[in-house]
Amino acid sequence: MPHRTFIFFILPSLLSMILLIAIPIFSAMTQSLFIAHKQVIRVSETCDPFGCKKETSVDAEATANLREKEPLGIFNGFDTYTNRNHLAAAEIKTSWNVATGWKDLFSRIMNLPFYKALAFTITYTFVVTPFVIILGFLIALGTNSLASWLKGPTIFFSLLPMIVTPLIGSLILFWMIDADGIIGSTLQRIFKDNDLSLKASPALTWIMLIVYGIWHSTPFAFIVFYAGLQTVPQETLEASMLDGASLWQQKRYVVIPYLMPLIIFVTLIQLMDNFRVFEPIVGFNASANATSLSWIIFNDLRGEDALQLFGSAAATSMLTIIGVGILLIPVLIMIWKEFNSKTV
Amino acid sequence: MKMLSKITLTSTFMFLLVHATYAACGITSGSIRILANDFPAIHAVLSAAEKCAGGGVTFTKNTTKEHRTLVVAGLTANPAEFTSAVVANSSIVPLLNEGLIRPLNDLVAKHGRGLKKNQLITINGKIMAVAFMANAQHLFYRKDILDKASVGIPKSYEEILSAAKAIRAKGIMEYPFALNTKTGWNLGEEFINMYMGYKGQLFKPGTAIASVNNAKGVAALKMIKSLTEYSNPDFLTFDSNATAALWEAGKLGLATMWGTRGGTILDDKGSTSNITSNTVLASAPTVAGGSTPATTLWWDGFTIAKNISDKDAEATFIAMMNGISTEMVKANNNEAVWLIEGFVPGKASAGVFASASAGATPYPMLPYAGLLHSALGSELSEFLQGNESAQQALADVEAAYTASAKEKGFL
Amino acid sequence: MAIFPFLWTLWGSFKVQGDFFSKADWANAVYGIRTLAETGSTFTLNGYNNAWIEHEFWLSAINTSIVVFFVVIISLTIGTLGGYALARSGYRYALWLLMLALVFRAMPHITLVSGYLLPFFQWNIWGHLPTTIIVLVAINQPFTLWMLHSFFLNIPKELDESALVDGCNRFQAFRHIIIPVMWPGVITTGLFSFLLAYNDFAVTAMLLSQENQTMVPKIASFLGSTQQEGEVMSAVAAVVSTTLPLFVLVMFFQRQIVSGLTAGAVKG
Repeated sequence: MPHRTFIFFILPSLLSMILLIAIPIFSAMTQSLFIAHKQVIRVSETCDPFGCKKETSVDAEATANLREKEPLGIFNGFDTYTNRNHLAAAEIKTSWNVATGWKDLFSRIMNLPFYKALAFTITYTFVVTPFVIILGFLIALGTNSLASWLKGPTIFFSLLPMIVTPLIGSLILFWMIDADGIIGSTLQRIFKDNDLSLKASPALTWIMLIVYGIWHSTPFAFIVFYAGLQTVPQETLEASMLDGASLWQQKRYVVIPYLMPLIIFVTLIQLMDNFRVFEPIVGFNASANATSLSWIIFNDLRGEDALQLFGSAAATSMLTIIGVGILLIPVLIMIWKEFNSKTV
Repeated sequence: MKMLSKITLTSTFMFLLVHATYAACGITSGSIRILANDFPAIHAVLSAAEKCAGGGVTFTKNTTKEHRTLVVAGLTANPAEFTSAVVANSSIVPLLNEGLIRPLNDLVAKHGRGLKKNQLITINGKIMAVAFMANAQHLFYRKDILDKASVGIPKSYEEILSAAKAIRAKGIMEYPFALNTKTGWNLGEEFINMYMGYKGQLFKPGTAIASVNNAKGVAALKMIKSLTEYSNPDFLTFDSNATAALWEAGKLGLATMWGTRGGTILDDKGSTSNITSNTVLASAPTVAGGSTPATTLWWDGFTIAKNISDKDAEATFIAMMNGISTEMVKANNNEAVWLIEGFVPGKASAGVFASASAGATPYPMLPYAGLLHSALGSELSEFLQGNESAQQALADVEAAYTASAKEKGFL
Repeated sequence: MAIFPFLWTLWGSFKVQGDFFSKADWANAVYGIRTLAETGSTFTLNGYNNAWIEHEFWLSAINTSIVVFFVVIISLTIGTLGGYALARSGYRYALWLLMLALVFRAMPHITLVSGYLLPFFQWNIWGHLPTTIIVLVAINQPFTLWMLHSFFLNIPKELDESALVDGCNRFQAFRHIIIPVMWPGVITTGLFSFLLAYNDFAVTAMLLSQENQTMVPKIASFLGSTQQEGEVMSAVAAVVSTTLPLFVLVMFFQRQIVSGLTAGAVKG
């Protein structure tokens, strides 16, 4: 296709992405390299309903003047990336020198917020993704072999968890798993432990979040694989049956290779989405036990009385993009190979 | 005749014209755009303010949980997206730091005659906000449970610990106590409140250097830990909704909760009359033999944006004055502890008044307090879960705070 | 197992808060004891009444319909054009663009939205529905482009190439040859765009003013900063009202959805 036609076709799409994604990413990248100017502080007499006292406050005009001269702030280089709230280079170095063994070093590193979040994020990604793919595949296979009148309702039910927005879905489940809620108390009865609480223990919270993640994302894999299964060429399948292949061998040597591009696609999307998990953590109020990279960003930007930390959020966002990039390398290599084979 | 009818017609027309552009509060034109948090007391104020709309005056309000994320960007734009932001001691700070709100001295002189002196929030003599309600966390107790356990009304946290122990020993309740210990803002607030009871200083005076890792900080943390031992193990997910729900279900004998919950708890919905009639609101407890209640006092008020026209500023001020009028208070007496003329204190406001009279400290309006609050909220859960020592937790807090303060230019 | 939470919520939406969220005994939600005490019968429409009439949830429903309609139409229009170009390009830069789109998709949405706030306030476009529509379209373009380009790869090149040979230009070939056969793929991608727009929270909560809110942020606002009596049940009723249309849609369209996926043969 000639270049001019290509540009003409892709222009609206590209324009929207450049304006609303590329430029903000670039601006976030820039912002992460700067920190704010030193605030000019002075003591003032502050009066409120409860009395008057002398407190420090910011001299807004003086600080504004400083800012006007250099609006971006003081250039900090990559220091924001290496400060304690992110990669914590200095703290890790100290821990390395001071630690009394691997376990101690590990617990010191886990004490740092970024690594704590990273641990959960990586665990979540690498547990949820394979489960989603395998479960989705199995359910698709199962549905495919059902009687046709059963297929419709089964597809309907299997799609349900994906339909509800995560914030609300996790909220509903949060109400139900509470120790006094229906799931919570049933679990207590099953395990005969009156103190069992899914919310109190970190391990159980992680498991709960992971189970929720699998529950919510499996329908996506299911529907994509199910559709793919419809298009497996019957002749190849029949030929393999004639050759005496068992059911399992059929699946392994015919179906799976045929569906491989789909499997790659689903893996791609799942890795990216699971790495950016954060709505279930908010919905389940689980931040005491589990935090994720996107949750840290959310916390920085929330402005809950804290002043919004734009630079810090920007740095964590950049680190998230890099993290996703690293995760995706194997998948991208496969896509590259496929593309090359196609265009030849 | 023709002349007369013409005059009559014209004058009627003029009369109607004048009235058409004369809104209910005496404002002729202007745009009022308010951003606020989302809870009942604020709804009451804004509905009263909304009566000023019409006849050339446009009124929009945005009450949302996300207000803190929107407010700085919203007021920085020129013209500002919002003409007024409803704030509290903590949320006014970013607006002051960035210089986004205007002094109200002239507007108060012109339209604010009914205001009481303690409603004016001033910095170096400039009125930056007008407060209309007060709030604080304080003690709630169940008279019948305390009687059953044969304990007196606890006045300090040490007495609460022994009362809770007695309640548990008598088999009345396994987890009789709760406070708002949800990781994040709530947990940070509980620490600050307790630390104030020990008369601790959050920062080295006159500087932005945090100073919580000391004997008083450790003692405050350890007190919170002892209290959580009498709380349901899920305590790290307890925000004020959760504790209020527990109270209304009759699962608590003692709790530290926000005064504004009093109205909802004492009403006749959502709970049994036994629980409601036995609930008493009292001053926040003291701790370690001190005399300062271990709590912080909060106010909510409105501000007027700087980057708007003077006309809009005046219209907004008049509308908000209408919103915090005595009529509004009379109609919504129990929604909050109003600072406004005409408020009749009742059972629901007893706790806040008692804490204020006992000399509780207000939440600090320092430019960098929010950063420390945030650091406290995220780093203290590990100590409460028993995973690290109090000193380590407080050291982590100071380190996290220092990193954010450097980024914001305070250090 | 998939449907139990929804059934539970559906059942509970006809009760009062004291029952559904009973900390005293979860079985209250089944029998409706406090509902009986407070309203005189074990089922009540209070939650629905509160949400739909008092809080004008119907306005949010209209807003959601508007947003979803336009997001899907615009997304698909520019997505099909872009996806077609990427599929037929034949040059390596097409692949680079697709990779770039992936990187774009990796950016957390909250950071993007926070970045939008100041410019939008400055240009006075914050809070309006069209702004949110454009943002939702743009943020979901990477996914849309990927899906559609896969579908187009499976439509044989010969089809439109023969049209080119016959003298049509690219656009005419697209219009007369491709459009008739691309529907299965478009329906599938449309479904995902629909879900993304319908269920979005991060963007709509921050970019819409209170009167323009769509259904999901409106539900969050029912919960508010402090959960009041009766408001929580409005939220529950609203949750059911929001999810039910989706169920109905999926139930009726699941055959089309699957045949859409099949006929286009998502080969990736």
